[in-house]
Amino acid sequence: MSIQIIKDKCVGCGLCLGVCPLGAITLVDKKAVIDLDKCTLCGACVSSCKFSAIKILRQVVIKDDLSSYKGVWVFAEQREGVIAPVAFELLAKAKQLAGDLGTYVGAVFLGYNITAVAQELIYRGADKVFVVDSPVLENYIAENYTSVIVDLVNKYKPEAILAGATTTGRSLVSRIAVTLYTGLTADCTGLDVDKEKKIIVQTRPAFGGNIMAQIISPNFRPQMATVRHKVMPEAESDSSRTGEIIKEAFDESKQDKRLKFLDFIKETIATVNLAEADIIVSGGRGMQSVDNFKLIEELAAVLGAAVGSSRACVDSGWIPYSHQVGQTGRTVCPKVYIACGISGQIQHLVGMQSSKIIIAINKDPDAPIFKVANYGIVGDVLKILPLLTKKLKEMHEFKITSNV
Amino acid sequence: MNIIVCIKQVPDTTDVKIDPKTNTLIREGVAAVINPFDMYAIEEALRIKERFGGKVTAITMGPAQAQDVLKEAISLGVDEGIHLSDRAFAGSDTWSTSLILAKALEKISDFDLVICGKQASDGDTAQVGPGIAAHLNLPQATYVRKIDTVHIDTTPRVIVVERLLEEGYELLELQLPALLTVVKEINEPRMPSLKGKMRARGTKIPVWTNSDLNIAEDQIGLNGSPTQVLKIFTPPQKEGGKLFKGEPQEVVSQLIEEIKDIL
Repeated sequence: MSIQIIKDKCVGCGLCLGVCPLGAITLVDKKAVIDLDKCTLCGACVSSCKFSAIKILRQVVIKDDLSSYKGVWVFAEQREGVIAPVAFELLAKAKQLAGDLGTYVGAVFLGYNITAVAQELIYRGADKVFVVDSPVLENYIAENYTSVIVDLVNKYKPEAILAGATTTGRSLVSRIAVTLYTGLTADCTGLDVDKEKKIIVQTRPAFGGNIMAQIISPNFRPQMATVRHKVMPEAESDSSRTGEIIKEAFDESKQDKRLKFLDFIKETIATVNLAEADIIVSGGRGMQSVDNFKLIEELAAVLGAAVGSSRACVDSGWIPYSHQVGQTGRTVCPKVYIACGISGQIQHLVGMQSSKIIIAINKDPDAPIFKVANYGIVGDVLKILPLLTKKLKEMHEFKITSNV
Repeated sequence: MNIIVCIKQVPDTTDVKIDPKTNTLIREGVAAVINPFDMYAIEEALRIKERFGGKVTAITMGPAQAQDVLKEAISLGVDEGIHLSDRAFAGSDTWSTSLILAKALEKISDFDLVICGKQASDGDTAQVGPGIAAHLNLPQATYVRKIDTVHIDTTPRVIVVERLLEEGYELLELQLPALLTVVKEINEPRMPSLKGKMRARGTKIPVWTNSDLNIAEDQIGLNGSPTQVLKIFTPPQKEGGKLFKGEPQEVVSQLIEEIKDIL
């Protein structure tokens, strides 16, 4: 296990020096040399080399008969019997992957009094739904959910498991992957099958989306990934679809009594939650005051949008932390992101630059936010917002009256 | 209360520049700092220690230069640091990294609480915290925005935390020892004190290699890691953005003309 420079191929171009996050590469006599005491084998240099002169050597250890694993599963998250929309996105993706792999789509559905809604997962693309219905599973507790899913995996051996990259999905499947000793890739924005090798290639942003990485787990099963919400389209409901519902009992002796769910408190300020929103209107320092920040809320109300914010506004106390978008806040991926008075520091961009359409309003034409924006207005946000809100409101009212 | 904080050295994103020609990160000369979320983990550990007494230990895994973050943690008030560093650890993915950290915790053995930041700003996986909890079979609470109560006189001792979720928050009670990952909302980290800086300068950080942890070589590093990086590339740059300048009335009309079908 190590990394090697193939001296005959290295032309000493130095490209790898710039991409090494640890400054571990130097040029000696026009050849790259890697300081093994600094290198973490992250592989950034391997991808950067245009001459295939850097090789990472690894021993292949296959611990299991991989061909015995079949099926692409999704973890179907629910709260109070309502299936989270991300589950439908996962089902659409799973169907495509299962098609390419020549296998079935499974859904894992845990909760209490949920059996009646399991059918919906079949309508949305599952061929088999594994339902575990128990009062102990009413509220998500990572430890209990892990032991249930680990048992299911050991019994049915799926070749892949997808979960939403939500707070629940991320903390749950990390625990499952460690328990199963298998590979897990976080927050994927792309999943495809390498049809020759019959494995899943997982694409994910790293460094806040400034670089992309493709990850594989060729020698471990199941291949696991969490998937960013809103990136992939939802599977449509088709009530003519048929499938199998497999009920599994929860072994209550396995309940982890060290944890107790006490309460869930829905936050009232967030009328529309950021993760689910199709449109987000976000305000930054350019809003200047808590009073002006109301302009953001007014535009959001007209559009039925969620309210976001840059770190500056949260630090100034204009809006609670749960609305913060960016590196130390949330990562969002709406259809439309409207950035108002946000300059676009990299810490903010990493949290929103994968939004499908970005609209920016800022007085500084050189603000970095315009580099990622599809549409930009250079001007005073405090003058522009009321006009924009008014016009959009008129448009919406017109739409409503013309529909009657 | 003995608390262990797991921290990571990451490139400072405030320093990160994008090369306008190649649209790649310029990583040369970028300063290395404590992962921003880990600052909240350190602060929370210090606050708990201030209330209940005990000791705060910071651990990190990484090459030689990573010990800088332990020095910084000590300057903030952390009692001691342990640096996990071995060539055999290089190339570890989140599975192997969480195993190495878990084995170090096992070796320390005397702890009541483990605190991590919710994720690191370079990898953004949020997998190592729950991974450590799984390796050690500890109860976990992720995305903690507040520690409500700590009962150290009860049997068993418990902690009640608020977890920040998409639609609100939940209250969860955990028995100690437990592992938490924390979000920014939990506190406001302090600055290092002069005294702390002096102490950090004088502290020698112990380095633990795999001969201290005795982990099977086929479970760590590149060979023990289930995931492999196939390729790293730069995402295509957004192009063709339209910019409107002029009188407010005019630019708003222009914008609406463009977006009326999508809103």
